Amino acid sequence: MRIWKSYRLRLKRKRYLARAFRKRRELKVVANRTDQIKPGDVLLFATLRNERVRLPYFLRYYRNLGIRHFLIVDNGSDDGGLEYLCDQKDVSLWGTQASYKKSRFGMDWINWLLLRHGHGHWTLTVDPDEFFVYPFCDTRPIRALTDWLDTYEIQSFPAMLLDMYPKGPIDAVPYTEGQNPFDIACWFDSGNYTISKNKQFQNLWIQGGPRARTFFADNPRDAPSLNKIPLVKWHRSYAYISSTHMMLPRSLNMTYDELGGEKSSGCLLHAKFLSPLTAKVEEELQRQQHFAESREYKAYSDALSSEPDLWCKWSEKYINWRQLEILGLMSKGNWA
Amino acid sequence: MTVGFIMMCHTALDRAAQVARHWAKSGAPVVIHVDRRVGQHDYTAMNRALADLENVSFSRRFKCEWGTFSLVEAAQVASEQMLEQHASVRHVFLASGSCLPLRPVKELVDYLDARPYTDFIESVTTADVTWTVGGMDFERFTLRFPFSWKRQRGMFDRYVALQRRLGLKRKIPDGLVPHLGSQWWCLTRQTLSAILQDPDRAGYDKYFRRVWIPDESYFQTLARLYATSIESRSLTLSKFDFQGKPHIFYDDHLQLLRRSDCFVARKIWPQANRLYQAFLAPRSEGETQSEPNPTKIDRLFSKAVERRLKGRPGLFMQSRYPLQDRENGKTSAPYSIFQGFSDLFENFDGWLAKYVGARVHGHLFGPMRTEFSGGETVFSGCLSDSAALRDYNPRAFLTSLIWNSRGERQCFMFSPRDTQAINWFTATDPNAQISVISGAWAVPLFRSTQNFSILRREAARLQQIETDHLAILRSMYVKARVRIWTMADFIENPMEPLQTIIDEISPRATRRLAEAPRMVDLTGFGQFLQNLKNQGMLPRLMGDFPVGDDPRPNSSRRGRPYLVK
Repeated sequence: MRIWKSYRLRLKRKRYLARAFRKRRELKVVANRTDQIKPGDVLLFATLRNERVRLPYFLRYYRNLGIRHFLIVDNGSDDGGLEYLCDQKDVSLWGTQASYKKSRFGMDWINWLLLRHGHGHWTLTVDPDEFFVYPFCDTRPIRALTDWLDTYEIQSFPAMLLDMYPKGPIDAVPYTEGQNPFDIACWFDSGNYTISKNKQFQNLWIQGGPRARTFFADNPRDAPSLNKIPLVKWHRSYAYISSTHMMLPRSLNMTYDELGGEKSSGCLLHAKFLSPLTAKVEEELQRQQHFAESREYKAYSDALSSEPDLWCKWSEKYINWRQLEILGLMSKGNWA
Repeated sequence: MTVGFIMMCHTALDRAAQVARHWAKSGAPVVIHVDRRVGQHDYTAMNRALADLENVSFSRRFKCEWGTFSLVEAAQVASEQMLEQHASVRHVFLASGSCLPLRPVKELVDYLDARPYTDFIESVTTADVTWTVGGMDFERFTLRFPFSWKRQRGMFDRYVALQRRLGLKRKIPDGLVPHLGSQWWCLTRQTLSAILQDPDRAGYDKYFRRVWIPDESYFQTLARLYATSIESRSLTLSKFDFQGKPHIFYDDHLQLLRRSDCFVARKIWPQANRLYQAFLAPRSEGETQSEPNPTKIDRLFSKAVERRLKGRPGLFMQSRYPLQDRENGKTSAPYSIFQGFSDLFENFDGWLAKYVGARVHGHLFGPMRTEFSGGETVFSGCLSDSAALRDYNPRAFLTSLIWNSRGERQCFMFSPRDTQAINWFTATDPNAQISVISGAWAVPLFRSTQNFSILRREAARLQQIETDHLAILRSMYVKARVRIWTMADFIENPMEPLQTIIDEISPRATRRLAEAPRMVDLTGFGQFLQNLKNQGMLPRLMGDFPVGDDPRPNSSRRGRPYLVK
């Protein structure tokens, strides 16, 4: 039975890889600078659409962490983002007008790029509104982390999505280009997360946070997943299954300790609740390109009309990774 | 007299070269061994980088594989070269390419000058070693290890198992007492040459060739034969974790390393620019004769290992999700559950909050909403009062609540009307203090104005739920501090149990309870129970309430507090 099960998962993985291979035709090279990639470089992979305003800070943040090359899929931006990225010396860019939904929300494209360029590298797969925080990220570059993971032969590193929000209505303070989004959206929920284990893929399913609290209080099962595994020492046989929530082979999802200990982990600070959100939600609802009939966006749209305030008196103000560590949202594990 | 350094390098040769240059310029000769698996290109680059220094030389290269004799061979050859070429060397210091000197060479020389006959080598008998990984200590010396642990793990394990099964043993050469220790040593010329020029060396080498991880035992064992005074500790600060991997130092360890007063530290992350800059910069040669004192660093690393192995009790998070019974603490702090109290007493939570320094909630698991203290809609950690969210994962709700409010004891009310999903969890949690007045759920029914048939059905339902809960609380698996009274017993003398519970919650409070909580008026309760019986339902859990002999309501009727003698 177990053999049968793992064989089925193997087929599933192969199917996803074949899908990625097929979808490669949808990607048109805009700027291919992948020949600059050197062995040992940590690479970042992202899909985006109309994020021009956020790009400068995004690139700067990850360059500071020590990301050496960005591999980005642009899904039909019309706000000048494509041109902006094209001018960056450390960005390789692919463009596509194809359906985001039909490429499993960009994962087929990313799986292809990972397969083609990620093999043998540590790869970080994030959205343009996700900012990776790991233990000692203020004093040690990402290479220190990946070297350390290498000595323990750890292949994947988890980082839970932490929704950040401003105090007051979400669209009240406009975000200006180049600004740190967490100057505005600096609040988060520290301890209302629920975890269950996905038996099939062995990953943890984490839900909760401000989105579950305000938009899904009556229907918690539909609340968005917050578990992510963004940092992986890529091998060409790996595949992301659903966003970066889980992957195959399953062993990569086992990023948690089951005997009471703590493995090391990070967080992805999520700058989603930042102006201009209302306009974005409208547009995404029009496009109908998101997960589960865009139910998440429908919930936002219903709530946003009443100018919701995600902030409450128990919200924590973000300081640094040590704070997240003390609150138990992430862990150093045995890295000291 | 001076000290000579042997450096064993296999990666980050540029860093090793920097360190070698530092030592050589300070007047200490250096012999470098570079692993033969390092490419010729990198090797010649290093050669060239150090060509201008005449007291730096390179020794014959061996292909070094972890856990094999090749590492010992490399050290032997480099030692011979050191002793031959540099007559002024009295102590030989074995270091690695990822070592970093923390104090000037002068201070090390002075330190060794003060102890000219002392060998610094960690050397412990196998019986006293606690740090070996995989449980192999003495067997390292009595079994054969022809297979590589890293590359041929399957064969390695199977061959070990086979030898154990057949009881095969190797004979340890006469006169040798196996000792283990850190492979980074500092030996005197006298001891080292005695080991290298031993007439029996060929025999010893042959024996150690098949010992597992001989670099941790060869010199450590043989030094015991010749050394006049062994200090069984390494001068190199090198910490290993529970998997036998060395802890790594980064830029942010700078102050910690400075204050440790150790001579050499290992292992340094090659890109730790600040560390290399700080410690390789020319410094005023202090006259400090302080002893190395790595306690702070020891504590840092042992805490890290403990975090990895034990974790934080009561925390469930993305990288700590223990299986049932492997939690090492189901919750993070003690808490109290009161069942039936809020039914029997008016405003019990208000009364309790007055007497215990704790946060007193209402029915946290109430069917309609979560009743946080003070009627708040959100609580610590942004826990929501939505019953749907809570019931989606009640255990996560409870553990989060306790975790979020660390430092403040949590108390809450419970009843058979509430969500019952956490009953097994709380009953088996040593942090829980569960006090039950059984049958008190009937009091609200008794005071209700509903149709009696509805009350009867409700009473039957609640009695069944409480019976199930009590069965859990009386099972052999209970770890919580459980107290159960029938309602009849409790109202007989409420102050004594209340005092016991409160003393347990805040043991330091010396104040006796001055005031009992107001009990609801129970006139006619006996008749109510009799009515239930007459309707065919048997109320069992509340104890004995004869008809007509109603419990004497306390203070409430007199309108003034009940005083305890």
